[in-house]
Amino acid sequence: MANAALKEEIFELDGMDPEKVKEEMLSAYPTKVARKRAKQIIVNKVEGEDVPIIQSNVRTVPGLIGQRGCCYAGCKGVVLGPTRDIVNITHGPIGCGFYSWLTRRNQTDATTTPDGHNFMTYCFSTDMQDEQIIFGGEKKLKQAIQEAYDNFHPKAIAVFATCPVGLIGDDVHSVCKEMKEKLGINIFGFSCEGYKGVSQSAGHHIANNQIFKHVIGNDDTVKDGDYKLNLLGEYNIGGDAFEIERIFKKCGITQVASFSGNSTIDAFANAHTADLNLIMCHRSINYVAEMMEKKYGLPWIKVNFIGAEATAKSLRKIAAYFDDPKLTEKVEAVIAEELPEVKKACAEVLPRTKGKRAMLFVGGSRAHHYQELFNELGMETLSAGYEFGHRDDYEGRKVLPGIKVDADSRNIEELKVEADPEKFKPRKSPEELEKLRSCGLEFAGYEGMMPEMKNGSLVIDDISQHETDTIVEAFKPDLFCAGIKEKYSIQKHGIPLKQLHSYDYGGPYAGFKGAVNFYKEIDRMVNSKIWGYLKAPWQTNPELAATYAWD
Amino acid sequence: MLLKHTTSEIKERSALTVNPAKTCQPIGAMYASLGIHGCLPHSHGSQGCYAYHRSALTRHYKEPVMAATSAFTEGASVFGGQANLLQAIDNMFTVYNPDIIAVHTTCLSETIGDDIPQIVKKAEADGKIPEGKYVIHANTPSYVGSHVTGFSNMCKSMVDYFSESNGHKSKTINLIPGYVEPSDMEEIRRIASEMKLKTIMFPDTSGVLNGPMTGRFKMYPDGGVTIDQLKQTGSGMGTVAMGRLASMAAARALDNKCKVPCEIIDLPIGLHGTDAFIDTLRHIAGVNVPDSLTFERGQMVDIISDMHQYFYGKRVGLVGDPDQLLALTKFLVSLDMHPVYIVTGTPAGKKYEKALREVVKDVPGEVKISVPGDMYLFHQWIKQEPVDLLIGNSYVKYIAKDDDIPYVRYGFPILDRVGHSYFPTVGYKGGMRLLEKILDALLDRQDRDATDINMELVM
Repeated sequence: MANAALKEEIFELDGMDPEKVKEEMLSAYPTKVARKRAKQIIVNKVEGEDVPIIQSNVRTVPGLIGQRGCCYAGCKGVVLGPTRDIVNITHGPIGCGFYSWLTRRNQTDATTTPDGHNFMTYCFSTDMQDEQIIFGGEKKLKQAIQEAYDNFHPKAIAVFATCPVGLIGDDVHSVCKEMKEKLGINIFGFSCEGYKGVSQSAGHHIANNQIFKHVIGNDDTVKDGDYKLNLLGEYNIGGDAFEIERIFKKCGITQVASFSGNSTIDAFANAHTADLNLIMCHRSINYVAEMMEKKYGLPWIKVNFIGAEATAKSLRKIAAYFDDPKLTEKVEAVIAEELPEVKKACAEVLPRTKGKRAMLFVGGSRAHHYQELFNELGMETLSAGYEFGHRDDYEGRKVLPGIKVDADSRNIEELKVEADPEKFKPRKSPEELEKLRSCGLEFAGYEGMMPEMKNGSLVIDDISQHETDTIVEAFKPDLFCAGIKEKYSIQKHGIPLKQLHSYDYGGPYAGFKGAVNFYKEIDRMVNSKIWGYLKAPWQTNPELAATYAWD
Repeated sequence: MLLKHTTSEIKERSALTVNPAKTCQPIGAMYASLGIHGCLPHSHGSQGCYAYHRSALTRHYKEPVMAATSAFTEGASVFGGQANLLQAIDNMFTVYNPDIIAVHTTCLSETIGDDIPQIVKKAEADGKIPEGKYVIHANTPSYVGSHVTGFSNMCKSMVDYFSESNGHKSKTINLIPGYVEPSDMEEIRRIASEMKLKTIMFPDTSGVLNGPMTGRFKMYPDGGVTIDQLKQTGSGMGTVAMGRLASMAAARALDNKCKVPCEIIDLPIGLHGTDAFIDTLRHIAGVNVPDSLTFERGQMVDIISDMHQYFYGKRVGLVGDPDQLLALTKFLVSLDMHPVYIVTGTPAGKKYEKALREVVKDVPGEVKISVPGDMYLFHQWIKQEPVDLLIGNSYVKYIAKDDDIPYVRYGFPILDRVGHSYFPTVGYKGGMRLLEKILDALLDRQDRDATDINMELVM
């Protein structure tokens, strides 16, 4: 019996031994690198509560070529970028501001706010020169804030520090404080230098902290509306948030604030007046939800609006929370109204998508969420991983207490938050919460990606170019999902790549209408004839006739 | 309105750049490095830099852009990036097997003061650089100059590291094409080969960033100047460097190092720009210009004369990189167009601005030039007095749409159209393409605005 227990179960993945593929990936590496990467490449094996440990949120190996960006990208680019009415000034040399200028496709609708402010089409930078590197850049930053105010009269200005700012010791926070007092508008800074943390993830955390410190809770006006909630971690790529807003509206749900797709600073300020936080992208925004719960008493639940079934499930969770038959009825009516069209669209493409095999390496949530849509399409996810996820995103939040905080994470401020003596208001009594829990509604919970993946599938954290090439060569998947940097190297292999950051300029893919868009798009991609054009006739039939054909 | 906060009221700014007309040095260095065959560019900084550069280049070329990073963390930023670079060099050669690694620095590593040659020496001493492989570097602080400066610095490094004189002058001419598209480099090479010249062009991104779909991903595509060729540049009979900002430093360095004389000319954009290029080649090599090129020239003049009425007197606003702007402005002036607003974000210097002013001296009315300036100022000028045509990168789309102005995409980056990597804008053929693009924009507008009464079939 002991032998049987010791025997490692051998899984098959698409007719191959995933352990062998893993070995092949590692064999190219120097020993130390192989040892490190071995802990980040895991053959999934979930048994009940047991999920394998995957090392993640650790330093990228220099020279390996990966997908990750930096702290600034996570802070300015991801979390604050989609807020339209803040003038976001990048304090640093010109590049960082330039590259994060309009490149993330966060749509916004400025016609819905009276002032109509929208600065997202602008790029603001202090364009730091060597003079500032030598003598300091605070003076220039101060002047830049003044000029931004004089030219644009925004109601808020945010300042984002880039790598050299931290090194030369510019204090962006004191400059912001001074200018806030001088100009009388909200001005705050982010110490999101690119070298902080190990990926974009550090920037998300820093963005969460500062928004919590400087904005949330500034406006206590309780707005009209039923079933008030905030949607967190939804960035309105390709109009996803618009589709979710449409569904909410139809259900009679009031969205107070969105963090941060189609968002405004006023809505952030008022967010604590909602009664529930929904989390889409767990990785980028869970901090705000946790802090809001502690300070203001509104609980959070994990939702997913990627996939029609997941959307329905998430709506039902919301209805369960508010526990009002009127809402439950409305939600069921909306689902009943919307789902048939989605099912019809799915059934149409299913014969062509069923059995196709996908791989997803992206973000800190999308690699998980989009598996829903592939499931609906009858497709198999052979391999997946996050670019900047943490263990809780893979294995579930239950591992949180056991995660060792390393030096890179310790440098990111962890705000000490306590219940606000005046504004803290539990939204549910302990009995009510218990009742909801017993009905299956999980608060502050996230199961992670791995429990939902098949045993034997390859889970790879912070995948490298070499590993990407190896699994693509080995499995020849029908579709690969990643970002712009990966897109064309994969497609040179003759395999379509769907960008799950930018959606290849399509979308929306969230909600019911989004699911239909996605089905059609994936049908187009995995069944396209264009991948058959790679060889010219003379390459497939090289032999020459001895005579002219017409002879 | 996309840029609804932009008004005609111009307020003095000295600290805030809004809507930049440049980006930072490292991306130019990365682009130049990709023009060396078998090269893996390496960004010595935090991983955001290479992620941004690769993304921007990929969006512009719709091709794989391979590069690596030292992936600085806070520790590396405090203690220096030596350990990271050493490890990166080892990993790159072990895993990706390039012929050469071209390291460029970033604002981060420059502020720290990392000494790249010393680190590379250490890598060599540690046996981390395989026999016959190379690591070169260029200092590209992001807080000096622009992406054009970075390109120039990496081109110069190619000379500093490789060019050597073997004592014999060969019959080869070195071509430094400037910060232009792969298609342009290809066309520059074609023109020289039409003239039966033996040339070495560096860098050469053709065949690297406009490669074919074959079903096989090649980490190192077939294109690019080889290291052998780079070495041979030191024995060339002369160098033709196109674009002062992007190419002069390398040409001068080659002259200093190996006594290879150089001619520094404008980019061969437009009729006179191309004339000057071909005439320079003719003089240096002592060859006749083949009829084929004179024929192409005649075709270009033919289009200009056929359609002159549509160019004449049109007000044009241009924003882009200095070498391109200078050549393009000359071209527009030669068409009797009126370039009235010209902006580059690159601090190209007083001499440059003077040269530009000289080109537009006969343009009637005030010509507004900002070197360096930004697109916000450019747009404010347009709000004050509109133009008939805009020429610039994809960000100019927002101005064109808001103010309903015909627009030709030109420069870096072009994120929303294809063509620039395949079809040149240099040479006579390229000039004809530019004429076509300008005419399309202008005449499509005339058609759009035509009434039922004055719609023209023949134009």
